[in-house]
Amino acid sequence: MSRTLRAGRRIAVNREPFQRFLDAHRDDVWRLLVASVGREAADDCFQETFLAALRAWPDTRPENPRAWILTIAHRKAIDHVRARGRRPVPYGDLPEVPAAPGPAPRDDDVWSRVHALPPKQRAAVLLRFAGDLTHREVANALGTSEDAARRSAHEGLKKLRLELTR
Amino acid sequence: MTDHTLLPPAFDPADAAAAAARFAATAPADVAYAVVDSPVGTLVAARTERGLARLAYEDYNGGVDAVVDELARKLSPRILLAPARLDDVRRELDEYFEGRRRDFDLALDWTLTPPFGRRVLQATAAIPFGVVSTYGTVAARAGNPRAARATGRALGANPIPIVVPCHRVLDSKGALHGYAGGLHRKEALLRLEGVAL
Repeated sequence: MSRTLRAGRRIAVNREPFQRFLDAHRDDVWRLLVASVGREAADDCFQETFLAALRAWPDTRPENPRAWILTIAHRKAIDHVRARGRRPVPYGDLPEVPAAPGPAPRDDDVWSRVHALPPKQRAAVLLRFAGDLTHREVANALGTSEDAARRSAHEGLKKLRLELTR
Repeated sequence: MTDHTLLPPAFDPADAAAAAARFAATAPADVAYAVVDSPVGTLVAARTERGLARLAYEDYNGGVDAVVDELARKLSPRILLAPARLDDVRRELDEYFEGRRRDFDLALDWTLTPPFGRRVLQATAAIPFGVVSTYGTVAARAGNPRAARATGRALGANPIPIVVPCHRVLDSKGALHGYAGGLHRKEALLRLEGVAL
């Protein structure tokens, strides 16, 4: 838990209404979870993510609320996958999006393969591109250096691209 | 997808909104609130585990966000929009405005009111439907007949209007005097109760 809450160090009494925090971050958390565990499991992880945040509220006043809640969501997604004891479901149950014309692979095709990546690369790709965190924020979430986070994201991306053009 | 970036996955914002609503409805918040429509305007109702703590005229309190901010500051920031937890409040208000209810049976949380104000509001809550009283009488019932002015202040700060019927308190000449939701509302509530003005 200490790593999860690193970005949430107490700096002042927090009087922000939790409802406003929920409204501000629900889309970002949902998008990361759909990419991480699929839409079916996203709701359970979503509930657990905000429950953990509510329990820490108001004693925790995150300096970077977005990175804080996405880091919690990432760890809930890992817990979920571990508890299920198998690899995540393929990213295949998302809302239909019109296929782009032409042969270029769509980014949604890429997301359907992200689960096949090694754990570090998968985590970095998910947090960087589904969570839209900076490499530094990804590094904080994963407890690695910024360079390592950047490298994992780029290597993961390269691997996905190779597979798609194979 | 380019060499260095990847667009985030598509998702339906309605799914995220539904997940958030499910969370707010079931999570163990200290304060649950709802926005309630009524014939005298939009109200923000908030409850704790003790009972109804706030019923705010939205327009006279700076809007819903300002009311929620105030509740976060004065009650708890662990506050969530959970309309189902205010179902009993909404039902009793509906019955009152439809003329089917003369007394409210809701449990109240007096946290937002200091001790003297609490005695004033409890004396006010004892004024029956359709009956009016005066600041002096309420002050006396609250235990301090000389504190008419402090009584006026306590009534003006009533956090639970309508349910705690401060609209039934008039000045010694029988004038409406003042109301936290505007005099037009005080008048509308008294007319609803059949008081001749």
